[in-house]
Amino acid sequence: MSLSTLLLILLAGGLVAWFSERINKDLPRWVSLATIVLALLYLLAMVNGLEVGSFSVVPDPTSGDSWLIHSRQEWIPRFGISFELAMDGLSLLLVVLTLLLGVIAVAASWVEIDFKPGLFQANILWTLAGVSGVFLAMDLFLFFLFWEVMLIPMYLLIAIWGHENKAYAAMKFFIFTQVSGLLMLLSIMLLAWKGHEVTGSYSFSYFDLLGLQVEGRLGYAMMLGFFVAFTVKLPAFPFHTWLPDAHTQAPTAGSVLLAGILLKTGAYGLLRFAIPLFPEASMSFAPVAMGLGAAGVIYGAILAFAQTDFKRLVAYSSVSHMGFVLLGLYAWNSLALQGAVMQMVAHGVSTAALFMLAGALQHRLHTRNMEAMGGLWHNMPRMGACAMFFAIASLGLPGLGNFVAEFLILLGLFKVSPWMTAIAALGLITAAIYSLWMMQLTFQGKPDDSRDLKDFGLREMTAMAGMVIALIWLGLYPQPVLELAQPVLDSLQNLLDTGPKFAGAAL
Amino acid sequence: MTVNDFQALLPLLVLAIGSTVLMLQIAFWRNIKLTSALTVLTFVAAALSCLPAAELTPRAVTPLLQADQLALLFSALFCVAGLVTTVLSVDYMAQRGDEPEEYFLLLVLSTLGACVLAYSVHLVSLLLGVELLSVALYALIAYPDKSVLPLEAAIKYLVLSGAASATMLFGFALLYAVTGALAFTELGQALAREQANNTILLVAATLIIAGLGFKLSLVPFHMWTPDVYEGAPSPVTGFLASVSKAAIFLALMRWFLESNLFQYDILVDVIGLLAIFSMLVGNLLALQQENVKRMLAYSSIAHMGYLLIVLAVAGNPENRPLAIEAAVYYLIAYTATTLAAFGLLALLSSNGNDRENVQLHDLSGLFWQRPLLACLMLVALLSLAGIPLTAGFIGKFYIFSAAVSGYHWLMLGALVIGSAIGIYYYLRVIFFMTRRPEEHHSLPTAPDGWQIRTLSCALIASILLLGTVPQPLMAYLRSIL
Repeated sequence: MSLSTLLLILLAGGLVAWFSERINKDLPRWVSLATIVLALLYLLAMVNGLEVGSFSVVPDPTSGDSWLIHSRQEWIPRFGISFELAMDGLSLLLVVLTLLLGVIAVAASWVEIDFKPGLFQANILWTLAGVSGVFLAMDLFLFFLFWEVMLIPMYLLIAIWGHENKAYAAMKFFIFTQVSGLLMLLSIMLLAWKGHEVTGSYSFSYFDLLGLQVEGRLGYAMMLGFFVAFTVKLPAFPFHTWLPDAHTQAPTAGSVLLAGILLKTGAYGLLRFAIPLFPEASMSFAPVAMGLGAAGVIYGAILAFAQTDFKRLVAYSSVSHMGFVLLGLYAWNSLALQGAVMQMVAHGVSTAALFMLAGALQHRLHTRNMEAMGGLWHNMPRMGACAMFFAIASLGLPGLGNFVAEFLILLGLFKVSPWMTAIAALGLITAAIYSLWMMQLTFQGKPDDSRDLKDFGLREMTAMAGMVIALIWLGLYPQPVLELAQPVLDSLQNLLDTGPKFAGAAL
Repeated sequence: MTVNDFQALLPLLVLAIGSTVLMLQIAFWRNIKLTSALTVLTFVAAALSCLPAAELTPRAVTPLLQADQLALLFSALFCVAGLVTTVLSVDYMAQRGDEPEEYFLLLVLSTLGACVLAYSVHLVSLLLGVELLSVALYALIAYPDKSVLPLEAAIKYLVLSGAASATMLFGFALLYAVTGALAFTELGQALAREQANNTILLVAATLIIAGLGFKLSLVPFHMWTPDVYEGAPSPVTGFLASVSKAAIFLALMRWFLESNLFQYDILVDVIGLLAIFSMLVGNLLALQQENVKRMLAYSSIAHMGYLLIVLAVAGNPENRPLAIEAAVYYLIAYTATTLAAFGLLALLSSNGNDRENVQLHDLSGLFWQRPLLACLMLVALLSLAGIPLTAGFIGKFYIFSAAVSGYHWLMLGALVIGSAIGIYYYLRVIFFMTRRPEEHHSLPTAPDGWQIRTLSCALIASILLLGTVPQPLMAYLRSIL
């Protein structure tokens, strides 16, 4: 049993799904579903085989042996590159999230795709494989490879099955992420070369490079390379402009994957790589990063309120919510980090649900314009109830996952910078405004009886119910998630015990 | 000359014999099938003959040629490239030339010129190789006699390339006047005795850089590239873009190494400057193109710029081994990729009318009608853009590591900016290929025989293998460099 088999299952499943389209047009989605479930079961079996106590061991960040699962095979010895995969609590959490949202994505596009359904499902599975690879790769070369390659199936999803303005959106998405990726590649190469200068041999392994501690101007520049790559993906203000276009034009499954898991790779990268590899530089940069986070929270919320397009509204709300993640990560204390991890999971679920709703609306009404909607609750009560639930989850109602996340972040942040906390807390109010505004425009208002609309069926309700339960569980009993992530966060915090450095006492 | 000398030159001899046989065959019986089969046979035999030749390396055969592993590696590569070009040309030329047989003869001769360049350690053999390569190319470019465009391109290439050769030759003459040496090693020794600020040497260097810069289409000597690439028949364009560039670059690199031209800082700086300009200008101009061939022409300018970084990095002896290794890997990756990209264009234009089907909209919907060909183009474009899992990425990775090892910030900056721009125009082609069927007109028909399928699969496999399992080639390169 190994992590590479997990990735292989998804990759091979993609191929099978692609070719199964020749037999029957309905077969690919079943293949896809079966593959993801198989991968999930495989992961569970693997985790099940671990000792119970190993989940609470604080992993040693400089050696893979103390991690839950760790495997390493030589790949390109010329440059010290190996096929190194490792999993700790954080990766486990995110891979499980990835696979579960994969199921949602397949369910969301169950009947939507007529054109080449096999290739469509293959691209979904390959995206999942790429994202899982990003969460598991511990060799920086391999990480970069997954980071870049996962974009190609995503690009194809948008470019082939997207809506009216897909060319522009797909291109913008790909270019933003690739160009920022080039900066990261440069930083990775510089880091490996620094390691070469110190030890005399190349290595791209995370465990080797972590102790390198490149400081000074070069370290700062390299940290920026990573930071830009990750914040473009996150996305943080001012690198967010690709997101609304990509989300709006992507097919439903694409939006679900994009918002649910692709954005999380950015947050994961910051937490796993950017900050621990360059602790000093990151902490002196923290005020700027947090400034961007706070700006994103407010700016995203204001723009969300200005939208008439359902998907664009949700996309801008993502910018706002991801600002919280950035704030939490750079506050760099236990509470805030826990909040950031929580936010990654909770936002993944709630946004995936909102995009699924948006997709369902577009499928029925052939428009995303909220001004053309109104009173839909009357036509589709089940859908309305679901929308209401996820709208208030996203605005941070206590008792649901997003509240726990944002509360923890604000609590942790307050110790570091009360002013930032004050600004970010405004985000909670603005979230309430745009979420309720969205509900008002779409599901409330004057009903229109002339519309003949089909309410959510069994398949959609099952998917929705799963996500409702997840959010309630995260809101009422978040302890398992916190416990899973805590040892990892402890180990990362051991790497640098200083907090962010604010110039003077101004903030 | 001993038997061993002949054995070391085997690839060159096989190509020479092959061209003679072809000439005789054409004189007695015109038959394109037989000619193309003989050409394929010649290339296969020449490529295989590198194996026995490799047993005797390194060996200086006459002062002109040096048979070493590098020369043989590239000879084999050029023969394989010639083979690919032959397979691509059969349908294409059968439609476009009245008497297409001599085309293959010229192709063999051109490949012979490239192989001579791979062996070359002397200014005379350098010139001979360049001329043999180019003169055959003039005729190859002009070969399709049913339209004006190839003729225009050939005249343009003939005049400009002739001028460049003359410039280069004059530079050689000046070098000889000062040093009295023509062999690379002796030239290096003689140069070391001269004062660096010798005006004649400066003029010679300028002339030679201009000449070679033209052949490699470096900015600012690049003006001919898009027109010639566009006008030339697509299989020849692929050959021109891959083999001719790689051969000349290889000879240039060898010259730099053997004569230790790196001792002149100004030369290294000029190379760096040319690299930066080529990367930026090539990529910027490629943005505007609606014609895929012109786009690839500009992108080839940029790729030569990426390669030149390596020469600038090699100025520092500590980083030289890495830089050379990077250059060789990049050349191999680039050759495979370029052949694949132009190969697709050649196939799409095979069923001849006057115009070649190389506009962007000619490719729309290709993905749904000819998945294999579209995959070929997809892999080639991703490789050119330097996306992981392809040969081009490992090549770019090498260039990055070489540039990083010397902390060449300016070049790294240009490399990042250039690659970033490149992503856009490569991606645009992919987007056109994935357009839905209903949005476009009917596609040009392309030949679909087993040869084409095998060739496409082989090219895809080689690009992906070079990108995913690079270790064997890397280890081999380290052992021979």
